[in-house]
Amino acid sequence: MTTKLMGQKVQRVEDQRFLRGLGRYVDDVNVENDATMLHAAVLRSPHAHARILAIDVDAVLDIEGVHAVWTHEDLTGPMAEPLPLLIPHPALTHGRTQYALAKDEVNYVGEAIAFVVADDRYIAEDAVGLIRVDYELLPPVVGVDAARAATSLVHEDVPGNVGARLEQNVGDAPAAIAAAPHTLVLDLTIERSACMPMEGRGTVARWEPDLNRLQMWTSTQSSTGVRAAVAVKLGLDLGQVDVITPDVGGGFGVKINHPWPEELLVPMAARALGKTVKFTEDRREHFISSAHERGQVQHIEVGFDDDGRLLGLDVEFWHDHGAYTPYGLIVPIITSTQLLGPYKPQNYRVVFESLYTNTVMVTPYRGAGRPQGCYAMERTMDAIAKYLGKDRADVRAVNFIQPDEFPYDQGLIFQDGRELEYDSGDYPASLVKIKELVGWDEFPAFQAEMAAQGRRVGIGLACYVEGTGVGPYEGAHVHIETSGKVKVATGLTTQGQGHATVFAQLVADELGCSFEDVEVVTGDTRRMPYAVGTFASRAAVMSGSAIHLAAKRAKEKALTIAADALEADPSDLQIVDGVVSVKGSPGTSIDLGTVSVLSNPLRYAFDEASKAATQFSVGDPGKPPVPEDEEPGLEGRDFYSPERATFASGMHAVIVETDPETAEIRILKYAVVHDCGHLINPMIVEGQIHGGVAQGVGGALYERMAYDESGQLLNASFMDFLMPYVTEIPDGIDIDHLETPSPLNPLGIKGAGEAGVIPSAAVFAAAIEDAEGIDITAMPISPSELYSLRQSQGQEHSA
Amino acid sequence: MTEELHDVRLTVNGSAYEIRVPARRLLSDALRHDLGLTGTHVGCEHGVCGACTILVDGSPTRSCLMFAVSAVDHEITTVEGLANPDGSLGAVQQAFVECHGLQCGFCTPGFLTTITAGLRENPTPTHEEARDMIAGNLCRCTGYQNIVKAVERAAEIGAGG
Repeated sequence: MTTKLMGQKVQRVEDQRFLRGLGRYVDDVNVENDATMLHAAVLRSPHAHARILAIDVDAVLDIEGVHAVWTHEDLTGPMAEPLPLLIPHPALTHGRTQYALAKDEVNYVGEAIAFVVADDRYIAEDAVGLIRVDYELLPPVVGVDAARAATSLVHEDVPGNVGARLEQNVGDAPAAIAAAPHTLVLDLTIERSACMPMEGRGTVARWEPDLNRLQMWTSTQSSTGVRAAVAVKLGLDLGQVDVITPDVGGGFGVKINHPWPEELLVPMAARALGKTVKFTEDRREHFISSAHERGQVQHIEVGFDDDGRLLGLDVEFWHDHGAYTPYGLIVPIITSTQLLGPYKPQNYRVVFESLYTNTVMVTPYRGAGRPQGCYAMERTMDAIAKYLGKDRADVRAVNFIQPDEFPYDQGLIFQDGRELEYDSGDYPASLVKIKELVGWDEFPAFQAEMAAQGRRVGIGLACYVEGTGVGPYEGAHVHIETSGKVKVATGLTTQGQGHATVFAQLVADELGCSFEDVEVVTGDTRRMPYAVGTFASRAAVMSGSAIHLAAKRAKEKALTIAADALEADPSDLQIVDGVVSVKGSPGTSIDLGTVSVLSNPLRYAFDEASKAATQFSVGDPGKPPVPEDEEPGLEGRDFYSPERATFASGMHAVIVETDPETAEIRILKYAVVHDCGHLINPMIVEGQIHGGVAQGVGGALYERMAYDESGQLLNASFMDFLMPYVTEIPDGIDIDHLETPSPLNPLGIKGAGEAGVIPSAAVFAAAIEDAEGIDITAMPISPSELYSLRQSQGQEHSA
Repeated sequence: MTEELHDVRLTVNGSAYEIRVPARRLLSDALRHDLGLTGTHVGCEHGVCGACTILVDGSPTRSCLMFAVSAVDHEITTVEGLANPDGSLGAVQQAFVECHGLQCGFCTPGFLTTITAGLRENPTPTHEEARDMIAGNLCRCTGYQNIVKAVERAAEIGAGG
């Protein structure tokens, strides 16, 4: 009997390939023909804000091995127009996107100006170095303060540098605060970081003259999105473009934005030159020409009662979206809505301005605005507790939405344009678990004990709710081949989440085939042309549900055909290990491969197995060989399109020690309670949490984008951008799960991908504040910043 | 302007390869693009991330910081050379499967080569030594938790087999 695989720690099938060096990432594509493939390099702006007066490319074509160079004036038709604004919103009154190659003006250091194609990347870079551009420098706008001051404008026609202003209200927060017995005001900031996948962006394209079609590989989180954009921009029919997402070396959000200039320029060049063209981003390019996230300035006013219960919450924040807005308002909308976390604010007003600066644009990075929202809310909870002299966990508890209040409508519009209605959750139970896991109640004694030894320790707690599995839909195709192998395709892409494993688990469970017989393909538009993409912790919920439904359809068909062959009733049949048999009579059976043969009535036999399906072997001569309303082939296809997102939740707690002398911050314990509904594969979920926590540690204590006032990114390398090594990450992360199923999908699952990173700025700020007794209002925080804070807040170091 | 090319003989995973490359050709690019051994990955091209780590005469070396012409007369091992002679996964590779030591897999080859050399030098690392062994490689997916476990598991497998 096959064991159910849902919930099992199944080892990953993709590992074999990766561990042998046989992964196929985008820069590995067509490597066998490297000598005939062309390679691209991009000239990027060295200035944050400048007018382009002239570009001279004459010297470039003298270099042996250079095939072509493009600037904006060489682009025609839709390619010469600005890149798409992917997610329009009525409040985005001044949305702006860049051109594939800059036209007249550059707005950040790194903006693409010219595109060179040569025999190899070395030569292409030589050529880029010979292009001369005359610039007229314009005053750069760097940071939220400069954007708000609007002494200079990023775009001449965008007054005040304001791309959008959006306000949402539930009740009357200002009035509720005015009437509240207690009020507090907080001003908080959080700086930029970035996804920083180990593999940058990259694209390979080949024009197939014999087929009159374009084939391209790109390191993306949305192959169907790239396909549609390329078709529009190059004037091709959708059916002429195949986009294949190969193995992707990490995404974390940055690869959901599309099309990147190179995703259009590479196929354009491939078609023009009749050769395969490859572009592979290098690390410096990734820093200055991909995307960043997180930078916000927040002002919070809150009114509450004697128990710390929220009566009114009024939040205003300024979101630095960089030079362009291709991804619309998704990040600040998520901040403004997910800020509420597991709480009932009673009255809530939130207003944000999304601001232009002459820096790299901002698109979602794991968490996508939630870390900032969580930071605002959780710092507010801490401030209320401190003001009232209450336990921080108790203040949170009085504000929780209770388990019997679901579904709970927060009264706001979420990032998908639908109501922010939480489907399920049990926040009080999570709080009990996290307090126990981290030793919350025992901590004051530990803190006193440490203080007696001259050591400073502090504890922080932060709670979050994450809307996951947003629509509009995903689809799946399940094909049982005559060999009995099961081929599964879904259109969204994979960047390390182990989709080939977890989706195979779902298929094996539903279909009754063996796990080893299932092969999953993701992100290939040839196999599933209808798809959205991998973002918002949505792959398991969306494609997982679609695959489950498609497998169910394939199973129903298999049972119908098998029942006919076995002269049994379909309801008396079972499928175990790929064999259909009559329950209680295992001798009467037929394997799925044979059922597949029978599903496709044949005229011609091509092997022993297929003889069984030929016209003189099977079928009732009185009926059509393929029954009405049926199709040949043992396949199932279905789509999953839920009414709304499903809401995962969790709580993190951390204990830190700060060095009284050096202000070094050390993590003593990190604890996570996580509720993403039913777990498909706990090993993979825990891996996602580990990775999220590590990125959170980086974002809270080390990583920032160090722009100077002229808009130069001073730390655009791994030497200067402090991404954590193992030495910076806690030695062990304690994890406990709660499984509150979602009622919105057949598997009861919720997303898990981003959660690990959401509470980090909040939880570290809280713990450091607890250790030091000084207000922490700006994150990330380095030892030297903590040291300065001690000085400015009049605290002598104790040594 | 034509670049001068050099005849270079590289010994990689026990096989000899002859290539003609300019002096500036990085060893990482030569392995990947001239030999087609794409298991070695390039994550930063400035020697920090460790994804391109290979073994040169058994020592972990950043192949992005070495020219192909400098690799003549050295024995190179890449991730493609880490499986057992019978084709089964080597101890470190097997440990990564068992401990879920990888997600996207991009940094993984550099960890595998680094740990392989580390365990040769210290077959029974303490927990702290296991962490130290991987402290020069960046991974953005795993938070390192399961990579540390994989080092310890590989030591166990190695000791047993």
